[in-house]
Amino acid sequence: MEDIEAIVALQDPVRRRLYEYVAAQDHDVSRNEAAESAGIQRTLAAFHLDKLVDAGLLATESRRLTSRTGPGAGRPAKLYRRSGAEHHVSVPARDYRTAADLLAEVADGARLDAELRAAAAREGQAARAAAGAVKDLDAVRAVLAERGYEPRTDEGGAVLRLVNCPFHVLAERHPALICGMNLALLESLIEDADGLRARMDPRPGLCCVAVEASKNNDD
Amino acid sequence: MTGHHLAQLNVGTLKHPIDDPRTHGFTSMLDTLNAVADRSPGFVWRLVGDGGNDATAIRTSLGQDVIVNMSVWQTRDSLWDYVYRSGHLDVLRRRAEWFELPKSAFQVMWWVPAGHVPSVEEAVERLELLRAHGPSPIAFGFRDEYTAADAASAPWPSTVAG
Repeated sequence: MEDIEAIVALQDPVRRRLYEYVAAQDHDVSRNEAAESAGIQRTLAAFHLDKLVDAGLLATESRRLTSRTGPGAGRPAKLYRRSGAEHHVSVPARDYRTAADLLAEVADGARLDAELRAAAAREGQAARAAAGAVKDLDAVRAVLAERGYEPRTDEGGAVLRLVNCPFHVLAERHPALICGMNLALLESLIEDADGLRARMDPRPGLCCVAVEASKNNDD
Repeated sequence: MTGHHLAQLNVGTLKHPIDDPRTHGFTSMLDTLNAVADRSPGFVWRLVGDGGNDATAIRTSLGQDVIVNMSVWQTRDSLWDYVYRSGHLDVLRRRAEWFELPKSAFQVMWWVPAGHVPSVEEAVERLELLRAHGPSPIAFGFRDEYTAADAASAPWPSTVAG
């Protein structure tokens, strides 16, 4: 039931805008910044942000934004970021996660890495056939956003980093298998994008793949 | 827990000899990967063979075709970030090209007092413990969350058991 409550908390359009803004930032967000982004009063933003914390969608911590301490330094600012919790609702109840984990466990143990990568590449191909070729960076960003990767440009627009891993739980439990699958899927999805390539570039807290301009002399 | 570091051993059976061209994809990346490890946050120590820059020349009681890799880290998370959140993951992704399918546990972790440099024999013993008895505070894997305090109070299985 908690999951339903979390999702219902997003029904309010202002709250949803605040949530999406906080989730998209590469830093923790203050009440002032969030209020400004949504074009609302700071107190109203604080109310909605705390509702999102209560629902388990955002996490919060208090931190001083300046190095001043002691009397006169003011209260520490409350900062928000997306919580690490996942929320699923299925009506009627379904449990694909347990099935996926069991299948991954077996595939990992049997080292079916190459077979899974081939299947992922076919999935990417089928998606291209259905939705049309992905030709440029904007189209790549759109297709990755659609699939839940939350792409964010980095290094002055030269690199797309993926802030969310749609396979997070499986990738934590079977990294070599699942990250290989993910790379094969993304390689295949953006195959038609001229001058762009998907590359393994894992960093703490991010998806294992980044998209960048392909180097002419590479591969 | 401060005062303790996490030691790890992982082993693999090569499909082809270490100097075989079919193993080159793996060996050609070792220097880069080891350099990444050496400057990773939380890295403490890694096993290096005599006159080499890695541990590929070291053989153990596990067999002539089994190569080993062994290191010590400040925390589980620092080890995790190196293994799965650095360029090392790209090599893991291609593991099936170079290594045989493992028939039993191929990685083990255990807590050591900070400053202790584990021996290869000690590491192999921990792997054998994990293989014989499953995960416990004295020999475990990434899925297990045993602390150094757990290990201090854990019994060692008697040699006749198991």
